[in-house]
Amino acid sequence: MKPIIRVENLTHTYGENTPFCRSAVKDVNMEIMEGEFLGVIGHTGSGKSTLIQHLNGLLRPTSGRILLGDRDIWEDPKKIRDVRFRVGLVFQYPEYQLFEETVYKDVAFGPKNMGLDEKEIDRRVRAALAFSGLGEELLEKSPFDLSGGQKRRVAIAGVIAMEPEVLILDEPSAGLDPAGRRSLLENIRAYHREKGTTVVMVSHSMDEVAENVDRIVVLANAGVVMSGAPHEVFSRAQELMDVGLNVPQVTQVAMELKRRGVDIDPAVYTVADLRAGLAALKGGNR
Amino acid sequence: MLKDITLGQYFPGNSLAHRLDPRTKLILTVLYIVILFCAKGFVSYGVVALLLLTGIKVSGVAPRALVRGLKPILFIICFTAVLNLFYTPGEALASFWIFTITKEGIVTAFFMVLRITMLIMGTFLLTYTTSPIALTDGLETLLGPLKRVKVPVHELSMIMSIALRFIPTLIEETDKIMSAQKARGADFESGNLLQRARALVPILVPLFISAFRRADELAVAMECRCYHGGEGRTKLHVLRYQLRDYLVLAAYGGVLAAVLILARLGM
Repeated sequence: MKPIIRVENLTHTYGENTPFCRSAVKDVNMEIMEGEFLGVIGHTGSGKSTLIQHLNGLLRPTSGRILLGDRDIWEDPKKIRDVRFRVGLVFQYPEYQLFEETVYKDVAFGPKNMGLDEKEIDRRVRAALAFSGLGEELLEKSPFDLSGGQKRRVAIAGVIAMEPEVLILDEPSAGLDPAGRRSLLENIRAYHREKGTTVVMVSHSMDEVAENVDRIVVLANAGVVMSGAPHEVFSRAQELMDVGLNVPQVTQVAMELKRRGVDIDPAVYTVADLRAGLAALKGGNR
Repeated sequence: MLKDITLGQYFPGNSLAHRLDPRTKLILTVLYIVILFCAKGFVSYGVVALLLLTGIKVSGVAPRALVRGLKPILFIICFTAVLNLFYTPGEALASFWIFTITKEGIVTAFFMVLRITMLIMGTFLLTYTTSPIALTDGLETLLGPLKRVKVPVHELSMIMSIALRFIPTLIEETDKIMSAQKARGADFESGNLLQRARALVPILVPLFISAFRRADELAVAMECRCYHGGEGRTKLHVLRYQLRDYLVLAAYGGVLAAVLILARLGM
């Protein structure tokens, strides 16, 4: 796999030359591979939101660069809008950004800005709504009449409709109930599977990340402290706890079992893996 | 970017100007404006300038911050100067086409610019040294007597403090919504006036909705704490005039008298 986005020595300082000057990200290097499902985790204030706003050119680096494909996205600042179409960013609580009279028009806002023709817009809107798990009967409804979860899906569809090469979601499930959370994540997983595009999910829920992503990048204190496959990251439990994060609950159970003398690999991170591990143990004992 | 807007910004501090009673400062500001408009000649303007400089010195506010505050009204200042320069009748110094510059015009223009600049700087001094809460509190107490004639003084000052409180919140919200719409390719920077106005719809609609939501939540929260307007409401911090307030007020009165006399003498 080759990287689709490369972040090189990225530093962003807020309020430069004022007494309130503060670096939200400092000298960050990372790569996002084509087609992967990447999880970015970090506690509040670790620079997650600042980092992802650089990936589609909403923020301009204080120093360092962002490469999309092989080109610096700030090579021609006039073309930064094209970068935003290629790297779709869904903000936290995106439902507060809905503004149109109908769901259809709101989802069509992005594609319209791209200058596509009516037919293509129509195809994209319908496809995006299907991916976000919304029925066609909602198309002509006002987005303000929908439930909170539905609004969130409309907002996500609004970004998916631009058919970006990279889809970035900032805490997509924040504030949803467990059922809504599960089904939304299922939709995102299905989108990734069927479209094969790169998906980046920012979260601070370990369990959520563990169950969904191929690779994890851990941010703390304005920098990347770890990156790797989930089992690699979660096997370094102590380091995670040191930066104010935790390991998934399943991993905690396995770690406790191991501590109490059960011969089991503590670096499991899904219920299925733990079950398999326990089953193997049981089988071995017999 | 939006966060850089200074809107009656308050600089915390502990100078004499900061410690004065907000009511005193409000009265002083009104007095200052009166004095400024009474001034006529070089000497009286000099006195007012001295007063302003003393105020700046005492408050410890950086002069640069005051000058920066003048930027938005630079156009008005220039416009007034030019207008006075050409349209004051009197002894002609130079003339070309339909314009004539007179000696009186130069003098009037100079004083006009001085007056506006000092007016703005003086009033900025008030907002720079007084927190919005103290300001509304002082205003409410000063206007207290108007309650007798059924002016809802408390309610008005509550409206003012809530408005001030929510300015930073709404600016932050605007920033967020703008970013989100930009992420969907919204373009605020190009196009003609009509296109630009239309481009604001995706910002204004969510902003209004969230402002109404916040207002609703705030109203409920206030009701939960039994807020029912100003009647029978007591204050935690009751404003009391100190010796320094009386002294500063007396000094200002003296300056006003001096300027009035000077102006009478045509200086």
